[in-house]
Amino acid sequence: MTTAAADKATVTPEAGAAPAASWEPKIVAFLCNWCSYTGADLAGISRLKYPANLRIIRVMCSGRVAPAFVLKAFHEGADGVLIGGCHPGDCHYLEGNYKTLKRKLLFERLLEQFGIEKGRFRLEWISGGEGEKFARVANELVKEVQALGPLGSTRTRLARADGLVLRAEGGGR
Amino acid sequence: MAADVKAAQAEKADKKKLKLALYWAASCGGCEIAVLDINEKILTVAELADIVLWPVATDFKYKDVEALPDKSVDVCLFNGAIRNSEQKELAELLRAKSKVMVAFGACACFGGIPALANQFDRESIFERVYGTTPSTDNVARVLPQTKLAVPQGELHLPTFYNAVYKLDDIVEVDYYLPGCPPPPELIWTAIEAIVSGKLPPVGSTIAGERSLCHSCKRKKEDKKVSAFHRVHEIIPDNERCLLEQGIICLGPVTREGCGERCLNANMPCRGCFGPTPEALEHGAGMLSAVATAVEGKDEDKLAKVLEGVVDPLGTFYRFTLADSLLRIRAKSLAAGRAETGERVKKEEAAS
Repeated sequence: MTTAAADKATVTPEAGAAPAASWEPKIVAFLCNWCSYTGADLAGISRLKYPANLRIIRVMCSGRVAPAFVLKAFHEGADGVLIGGCHPGDCHYLEGNYKTLKRKLLFERLLEQFGIEKGRFRLEWISGGEGEKFARVANELVKEVQALGPLGSTRTRLARADGLVLRAEGGGR
Repeated sequence: MAADVKAAQAEKADKKKLKLALYWAASCGGCEIAVLDINEKILTVAELADIVLWPVATDFKYKDVEALPDKSVDVCLFNGAIRNSEQKELAELLRAKSKVMVAFGACACFGGIPALANQFDRESIFERVYGTTPSTDNVARVLPQTKLAVPQGELHLPTFYNAVYKLDDIVEVDYYLPGCPPPPELIWTAIEAIVSGKLPPVGSTIAGERSLCHSCKRKKEDKKVSAFHRVHEIIPDNERCLLEQGIICLGPVTREGCGERCLNANMPCRGCFGPTPEALEHGAGMLSAVATAVEGKDEDKLAKVLEGVVDPLGTFYRFTLADSLLRIRAKSLAAGRAETGERVKKEEAAS
């Protein structure tokens, strides 16, 4: 798998440290099956250039992407997260993307309280015909996250700060 | 179960008594009171068990515990989170000496209220507490030290950590007894299980398995919220679902089994029983439930309604920040220090 190889090749430095020259941001993109995934596909078919930093996860609807999924992505090493959904009014399930929108409005405030910069999380409406928009969003997001630098793992940072080896994972049992 | 206890009582009468340890770490003391809230049953406990450590009530010293053989204490009820090195040491000591370790109360289980301080690191907490609070007069900027040389020798104080940890971050925990504090009925259930030896599988949480909404008797209709209210702003209808009335109630994502004491007092659930077994994240789950309950499709109007949710992190993670995926503010610890300082300044200017 190319992704695994890429993971091995790049050593993620911790937040605060100067990013190593080889550092490339990891971005998890949750794309809905009906619009945004097709949009990404079109970008590929149209041979549009966009960075290889995105790890695309196809979901049936952007409404399925619980905020906890986004936190889990950050927790497991993502430096940025994109959710792509159908334009308002175009949802295959009628209202799934409105649920995503409502969550986003509150979730952005939570992320801010968690100290995660605005540029690391993005919700975009990308239709099946908008290959170009997908490529543009991907480019912008990667550039923005690159400027912000690595997010770094809480676990490592805490272990370093307090000298503790934590036994349990966060996030319930 | 009562018969079991009687039988155990009779059996234990001439046998060796159970050895019980109770300890408090980063906690308020409420859990200690909760133990006494089992009322006259405490006498049964005293008949069945010898207490080897209970700092709030008895005068045993740490060295008394150190002198005990390993695994000689039958049960340790450990309340409070881990905030400093002394608490970590005691957690490790009591784990070594105890056969069964119970995380007692929300703080030991998930970090509880003290873990809300995980939005700040040690340096910014010290800066605030010993520097910038309006009632502080500390011109010399004296901060707590872990070592001090005096003529008699060197004195040591525990190290204050950068974050609050839950008990199972530090040691293996056998049972979780959640709640702030755990209700007397559940404490008694746990004691009965311990005494009769009929313990659930290791790792169990002594509470319900479903969400609080399952045991809530209030009338539930459609979740269509058009405005959020804080508890002091309205008097809610005590028959209807509180969330439907725009009051944030953590029932949908919180474990049942508390006896619905808050709901019966017309107060919303704040989540002290922690997440349901299936939940990936307590707070994020509630955020999702709250946001999607809002009625409408217009982004500006939705944003306006959702502004009514004050302090999302403090509300949704009130008891479970140390048990969350991210645990602390990502930018604290060196990187976010300047920013934290600026925020404090801004807050002061505003007030």
